Amino acid sequence: MILQSFRMAFSSILSNKMRSFLTMLGIIIGVVAVVVLVSLVNGATNSVTSQIQGLGSDLLTVNITSKGNNSLTMGEVEKLADDYDSIGATAPSMTQNATAKHGTNTYSATVQGTTAGYESIGGLNLQYGRFLKTPDIADSSAVAVVGVDVADELFGTRQIIGQSISVNGRSFLVVGVLNESTSAFGGSDGKIIIPYTLAQRIFKQSDVTSFYVTAKDSDSVDAAQTDLTTAMMRKFNQDADAFSITNQAAILSTMDSVISTMTLLLGGIAGISLLVGGIGIMNIMLVSVAERTREIGIRKAIGAGRRRILSQFLIESLVISVLGGFIGILVSWGILAIVSTIASMNFAMTGGVIALAVGFCMFVGVVFGLYPASKASKLQPIQALRMD
Amino acid sequence: MIRMKNVSKIYMMGEEAVHALDRATLEIQDGEFVAIVGPSGSGKSTMMNIIGCLDIADAGEYILDGQAIEDYSEEELARIRNKKLGFVFQNFNLLSKLSALENVELPLVYQGVHGRERKKRAVAALTKIGLGDRLHHKPTELSGGQQQRVAIARALVTNPSLILADEPTGNLDQTTGTEIMELFHELNSQGNTIVLITHDTRIAALAGRRIRMLDGHVMEEEVNT
Repeated sequence: MILQSFRMAFSSILSNKMRSFLTMLGIIIGVVAVVVLVSLVNGATNSVTSQIQGLGSDLLTVNITSKGNNSLTMGEVEKLADDYDSIGATAPSMTQNATAKHGTNTYSATVQGTTAGYESIGGLNLQYGRFLKTPDIADSSAVAVVGVDVADELFGTRQIIGQSISVNGRSFLVVGVLNESTSAFGGSDGKIIIPYTLAQRIFKQSDVTSFYVTAKDSDSVDAAQTDLTTAMMRKFNQDADAFSITNQAAILSTMDSVISTMTLLLGGIAGISLLVGGIGIMNIMLVSVAERTREIGIRKAIGAGRRRILSQFLIESLVISVLGGFIGILVSWGILAIVSTIASMNFAMTGGVIALAVGFCMFVGVVFGLYPASKASKLQPIQALRMD
Repeated sequence: MIRMKNVSKIYMMGEEAVHALDRATLEIQDGEFVAIVGPSGSGKSTMMNIIGCLDIADAGEYILDGQAIEDYSEEELARIRNKKLGFVFQNFNLLSKLSALENVELPLVYQGVHGRERKKRAVAALTKIGLGDRLHHKPTELSGGQQQRVAIARALVTNPSLILADEPTGNLDQTTGTEIMELFHELNSQGNTIVLITHDTRIAALAGRRIRMLDGHVMEEEVNT
């Protein structure tokens, strides 16, 4: 009986190809909207989250906003690690954009002045040579560690240890080349890292305005933040506005909540389009019932009961919506494959999204098919047969 | 066998009550070929609806094949129609998207008869009424007479207790109409009970017995000699 109903549904759908397709189109667009949007947000979330996590969740960033005469020195920053058990490493940092030259090649790089501690804090790995060492800082040595982009652009090779580059007219000896950066946030590929003390001189800025702190371990992040706050409050005379401390974990959780809100919002909008598709189905099914009043009358006269007629029309709307759903999933798959290639990111459809879309289609098919189907099933055979 | 006793049916036309059937009583034996005749408005259509279990009488008693047809649910009435009745309509009422064979199979589909058996019986019914070579034609590819034959095959295929024909020759020319009447005679001689509803006294004259109706009453019965 069910098989027969499916066959009848298919033949009815096929006998009105254009109309069936247009009806399906509403569902197809709805499904594509849901699947593509949710998959895009998921993909973007995964990539951003992994980048943030790549920075380490035990990282705290301190920015000094005080314009007062109370300035923080490099020594004070380094002393924090000794003063508090919860604090592992510290590294002051100042960055500026500058043009680097080697021969006739130029590269617009980000010059970052920092200390030896930044190697572990920034999660940096070296491809060649070494990172800055404490004596380099103490001596303000003219040495530099460069990112791969800097090496590629200026030298065309990465084996450039012992070569020199010039930044703002000063010459630096390259002592290390970093590995390619995996975190888009770090963006260390275009960096030239030089001793902090030298950067102070070049950039004519003696105060520390920004520094990084890592907690001893991931359990002591909260303690480190508390200790850091205490120290900074003392330093800036209890002026909480003089500095800000940013917690990586806090950023992550904020972003999580922003993203889940966005997913909900986009999913909701896409869901509405699916709902509109459902209304399209209901509309067409009502037209179909009106058109086929006579057919329904004949079927009833020769012995089709209410349930038969109901299931026939319900299956018809279900077939339309689920077929539309499958086509929509195929189309979404194509779109995501294209977007993934273009953006060189991975936007995979998850099974959950597919299940959600198909489930929603079935729901829409049943809910919006029910009224027309029940209308059809309630037609009186005598009246239905009298219709022309 | 059909037995009707004091069956009444009242329709409300606005404020006015119309007695479509007024204490109608009749009896039809198995194997009979009966014509119910009367002008339009005489209640013969209502009679057909009640005999055909498409409608329920307001009062009185109707027994079809030993079963009292009461206030059954629609679902049950559909089952009775499916098992015990075969309908033949004036305008054939075939499903235009289905082939002759599929049209004839339809009542068996609703009976839950499966694949090969269903097809075998439908082919047999179509062969019996002389359309064995038109199985896969759509109704639009058939003449009026052929369409009516398909409809008769559809009525026949379930071996019903009763074939109910409502003006079966009304849309056909005289020659074809006569052929259809001959077919009914043949089926009747093979033991099928046939009830024919018509306003055409010439057609009715071809039946074994005539029941005349007027204003919702069963007026008189004539038996052909």
